[in-house]
Amino acid sequence: MFYREAGDYKTTYAEDSQTFPLKLDRYAYYTLLAVAFLVVPFVINDYWASAVLIPFLIWSIASLGLNILTGYCGQVSLGTGGFMAVGAYAAYKLMTSFPDLNIMIIVLLSGAITAAVGVLFGLPSLRIKGFYLAVATLAAQFFLVWLFNKFEWFYNYSASGQISAPTREMFGYEVTGPSASAPAKYMFCLVLVLGLAWVARNLTRGRIGRSWMAIRDMDIAAEIIGVNPLKTKLTAFAVSSFFIGVAGALFFAVYLGAVEVGEAFGIQKSFLVLFMIIIGGLGSILGSFIGAAFLVLLPVLLKNIMAGALGWPIDLAAHIELVIIGFLIMLTLVLEPHGVAQLWRVAKQKLRLWPFPH
Amino acid sequence: MKLKKLAALAVAGAMLASPVMAELVFPSLSYRTGPYAANGTPVADGFADYMTLLNERDGGIGGVMTKVVECETGYSTEKGVECYESTKGLGALIYEPLSTGITYQLIPKATADDIPILTTGYGRTSAANGNVFSHVFNFPANYWTGASVAVNYLLSENGGSLEGKKIALVYHNSAYGKEPIRTLQALAEKHGFSLTLLPVDHPGQEQKSQWLQIRRERPDYVLMWGWGVMNQVAIQEAANIHFPMDHFIGIWWSGSENDVIPAGMAADGYKALTFHAVGTDFPVFADIQKYVVDAGLAAGDGSNVGTVLYNRGMYGAMLAAEAVKVAQRMNGVADITAGMMRDGLENLVISDETMEPIGFKGFAPNFTVSCQNHGGPGLGAVQQWHADSKTWEMVTDFIEPDMSVIQPLIDEDSAAYAAENNIAPQCN
Repeated sequence: MFYREAGDYKTTYAEDSQTFPLKLDRYAYYTLLAVAFLVVPFVINDYWASAVLIPFLIWSIASLGLNILTGYCGQVSLGTGGFMAVGAYAAYKLMTSFPDLNIMIIVLLSGAITAAVGVLFGLPSLRIKGFYLAVATLAAQFFLVWLFNKFEWFYNYSASGQISAPTREMFGYEVTGPSASAPAKYMFCLVLVLGLAWVARNLTRGRIGRSWMAIRDMDIAAEIIGVNPLKTKLTAFAVSSFFIGVAGALFFAVYLGAVEVGEAFGIQKSFLVLFMIIIGGLGSILGSFIGAAFLVLLPVLLKNIMAGALGWPIDLAAHIELVIIGFLIMLTLVLEPHGVAQLWRVAKQKLRLWPFPH
Repeated sequence: MKLKKLAALAVAGAMLASPVMAELVFPSLSYRTGPYAANGTPVADGFADYMTLLNERDGGIGGVMTKVVECETGYSTEKGVECYESTKGLGALIYEPLSTGITYQLIPKATADDIPILTTGYGRTSAANGNVFSHVFNFPANYWTGASVAVNYLLSENGGSLEGKKIALVYHNSAYGKEPIRTLQALAEKHGFSLTLLPVDHPGQEQKSQWLQIRRERPDYVLMWGWGVMNQVAIQEAANIHFPMDHFIGIWWSGSENDVIPAGMAADGYKALTFHAVGTDFPVFADIQKYVVDAGLAAGDGSNVGTVLYNRGMYGAMLAAEAVKVAQRMNGVADITAGMMRDGLENLVISDETMEPIGFKGFAPNFTVSCQNHGGPGLGAVQQWHADSKTWEMVTDFIEPDMSVIQPLIDEDSAAYAAENNIAPQCN
């Protein structure tokens, strides 16, 4: 009844092609932003920041990145964990080599370094596709983890191979290190998420995004109509790796503070991000966020309900949690193979017609 | 949908955060699931059972009941962080995370939050330097003293010289497994043996190539820094290539019943280090049986009582409880804070007089903690597995490590940490 275009007049092209054409959507989006920026920082505590919101924001960036490569450009990648490791180790080396460099610049530079590495490992995509490409990126995953374990230069010759983030400030607030406050860390991640999501949205609906989708849908046809596969595939790898590198840098510097590569950036992380975009929805910005929420927030929620509120034994709760998550993943994929984002799209379509569907 | 989730989370969070009055809260970051559960479960049981015993037998510590808050980490650092954040607000007195990776995470955080960490026989070795690591304690032994004890034991086996011997280190390719390498390299230089490094990636089920290399190179001894399923696989692989078991020595985390039983008779003669006694031949176990197991209050199914790792969990709980007593005496209050707990740990004295009344006499060596030395003496003994009777036997007395090699390494590593993080020495 209220959820419709009628009465919402668009008088310019810009208005016509905006991200949220419906007034209700637009208001919901602005409200969400207002809450995220103006309310959450004042009520957030250490638990909410470290266990819930910061991991959600960081995994959202990672799944946005992989969604660009896999969802929009159709190149399957299993190297996400390895690329996150590149971002983390780049951030560590930059932080320890240039103590005066601003942390925001460090994070963006780490993304840029990861983009370069991503392009390098994206080169095989020009010759191979599908499963074979997945195997090639899997090799990248194992190679990168091995590299950061093997060469002591990457972890400044520390005895244990752990890297730990020193304290860095932004506008006088500490955002990394042990005494960084929850709101500062949250705001730092939130600004990056908003910025990167905005970039992703505008890239994917512009010329570059259209050429990615052309390559995804049929690469030979795309080549015939004048899309350069070399440039298109490599830009997809570069942009995707940039996002993933930023996520890796934040994961290390802001979220965990200390990591070791095998445990933090192993193959399970590659699968985690891949599951996020498959469940959330391939080729959808919203889907990236939904997928991250599904796999990051839901386990924490289930754990708090089962072990906290219901008082079950923690080992039982941990096992049941795996069962429930696995079951929900299967259920989602059976009921809606295009991910939760598609469910949302269908719901919106229905809402527009409601209550007169014919 | 997201809002709904958040709301539900808020409700769950509020339930978690309800205030707890006059209890001594001991968070237990345990892992009863995943590839390390076989080792994580007995330790968590031992820790919880000893705290239950204190409540049931003594009415808590100094009249205040103890409370163990368990949080499942699955040996994952991310869940470890979540567990730390969710439990620290409950009045947590001390963290014993039982994971070197999580320890590295918690060192700066807990120091900032003024909560002590006790890592008995694991964690960051250079934390032994209390001057730099004010809130981290790793008595009574650590990986570097462990490595040195193993080498000293081999020296005594070989008439005081390891010249020209070949020693291989099979290690978990993580912070935990990498810790002893630096010490072993220094010791190799000093004693003239050659060291081969064989990393095994998490979780350690695949070790064929490492043991093939051992078969080819025929080292005289193999040392192992393994944990979880990696231990069982390594011992099985060693048996497969007929490596002499009494030349195969594990660190104390690679020497529990769970590690050797799967290999059956083939594991007979396998050796491992330990920093406390084995078996149930101590008065405290009678109390555990009477007040905890028979009363049906045991954590888990009670089948782990007296196993190596159960004893270690209990030992960790005992050290924490003794530190609470010290803190209570120092401050004259029964309901202590985490800051007082830290001072208690720093003034802890473990002697026959403290061990005897609580039924631990002869369970582990005596030691004293000071502001400078958070690491204790680092004594370790060698135990050997008897597969026919399924028991561990101590085959040596407690052996002293070579501190002339280790102390400079500790000073160097802690100085680097202090410089990286701008830490001023805390002891005067």
